[in-house]
Amino acid sequence: MSAIAVPQTDQSRPTQQVRPRRTGVPARIPTSRVIGVELRKMFDTRSGFWLMASIVIANLLATGAVILWAPDSELTYSTFAAAIGFPMAVILPMIAILSVTGEWSQRSGLTTFTLVPHRGRVIWAKAVCAVGVGIVSMLVAFAVGAVGNLVGTAITGTDLVWDASFQDLVFIVLGNVLGMMVGFMLGVLIRNSAGAIVSYFVYSLVFPTIFGLLASAQGWFRDLQPWVDFNYAQGALFNGSMFGEQWANLGVAGAIWLVAPMVVGLALVMRSEVK
Amino acid sequence: MITVDSLTKKYGGFRAVDEISFTAQPGRVTGFLGPNGAGKSTTMRVMAGLTPATSGSATILGRRYADLPNPGREVGVLLDASAQHAGRTGREILSLAARTMGLPRHRVAEMLDVVSLVDDEPDRRVRNYSLGMRQRLGIATALIGEPEVLILDEPANGLDPSGIRWMRDLLRGFANQGGTVLLSSHLLHEIEVIADDIVVIGNGRIVADGTKDELLEAAGTVVRSDDADRLAHALADAGVTGTRTSDGAVRTDADAAHVGRVALAAGVALTELRAADGAGLEEMFLELTAETQRETSRDDQSEGAAA
Repeated sequence: MSAIAVPQTDQSRPTQQVRPRRTGVPARIPTSRVIGVELRKMFDTRSGFWLMASIVIANLLATGAVILWAPDSELTYSTFAAAIGFPMAVILPMIAILSVTGEWSQRSGLTTFTLVPHRGRVIWAKAVCAVGVGIVSMLVAFAVGAVGNLVGTAITGTDLVWDASFQDLVFIVLGNVLGMMVGFMLGVLIRNSAGAIVSYFVYSLVFPTIFGLLASAQGWFRDLQPWVDFNYAQGALFNGSMFGEQWANLGVAGAIWLVAPMVVGLALVMRSEVK
Repeated sequence: MITVDSLTKKYGGFRAVDEISFTAQPGRVTGFLGPNGAGKSTTMRVMAGLTPATSGSATILGRRYADLPNPGREVGVLLDASAQHAGRTGREILSLAARTMGLPRHRVAEMLDVVSLVDDEPDRRVRNYSLGMRQRLGIATALIGEPEVLILDEPANGLDPSGIRWMRDLLRGFANQGGTVLLSSHLLHEIEVIADDIVVIGNGRIVADGTKDELLEAAGTVVRSDDADRLAHALADAGVTGTRTSDGAVRTDADAAHVGRVALAAGVALTELRAADGAGLEEMFLELTAETQRETSRDDQSEGAAA
């Protein structure tokens, strides 16, 4: 008799026993743990990692560009801060968008919302992570800008100028975090990566243009614009002229363009089916 | 223990799940059988809190899913093995689940071992996984929290025969130790070999529900004679209703002993007399499947209606 070669299969070793455990009702998952997991999920994919890495890379490129091409007279800290701020204003909202939409576009929400059956907690944890990442990224950006200012002025031999106050920096961080929350809101509202990213650009590029044209063509709108144009209202944060009226503008425009759609988005997330 | 009570899920006017009730008992494997589109996945998604029910309820261990404080520790759920971020490694996905549930890190390696994801497989990204590997990873995610209850939607999909055998042994062992297992399939055979209890669903309604033995018993008797016409007459005269199968046998709901006595009294020589061995279940299932073959039958139906 010829022997039949038996292929190596799982049957070559016995199936391991898995046993149900009955030790009563477990403790509730603490919110800190949900936040920790959500933070890890922002870094643990190749795209997530490179998105984070792109913050540092963009900072370095922007700083390098200022040192190379900015006229010596403009080699001041605020120039560096402005140059770095531009890529950050694009990258940070993308990070916020993808942290939300991935659960739907990649369908990982099926597991996420099964392990944490309260969607509001997951969304809240994601928001905390997004804001945290935004603030840390901005601090990194300021640090890179400071080093750029030191190195740039040393190379060109110009005077070191620190022309941004602590308050200016706080406002810039706030402005970027608000931009990030707009991205986050669009992610919650649309729950599709491509759709949310496109809407973000409509939000940040198309709307301001329309409002600008409207304001220049229609006198009645000129006075109204600060109250209804969220981008315009945020602009005051970046040029450091925030006073009582500007805060009120920001609050009203933010309620229209950020808070209201966020409430709608959250309601949809709570009710929608996760497939 | 899983209890489903008068559960209904409507999409507009369409009743995807229509007033279904059943229980999955601890210590038993409950097979949830139905053709594609019958409402199995919708029911399971409602159980896991992913789809809101229109009315009725589903509870696990006596509580609604949303009221489970740490669901992964009490119920393992696998609804779609492909629903994972393609850019994460298998190990990472399992680590995230373990961290969410608050489990020690060594559970990850243990579970990878249990589901035989070996060598470099745990560290590959899921986009490079075969469906079978994804199923194993999904089963590992379901089991990592040592739950009491398992809810698995088509877990055998994509597994090779040895993998199916492995999973069957795994679930059998789990149920034998007091666990509750609910698994769905659109394949009768798959359910037959593993389930203790079977719930059959078609078009959103439960069409049969019982232990496997009951459902197979209810299938009746197959009887055959060289003289099929005389047999049919004899049975009809005795008040035994039956149907002629395509190969000349008669299938009836009467039990074999009664059919044998009728044939003896009529002097009909039988060539075969046996229990129908789940043929009834299979037939019922085939009917259900045929009904839901919408693409092919719709034209026939509309023509029939016009005629």
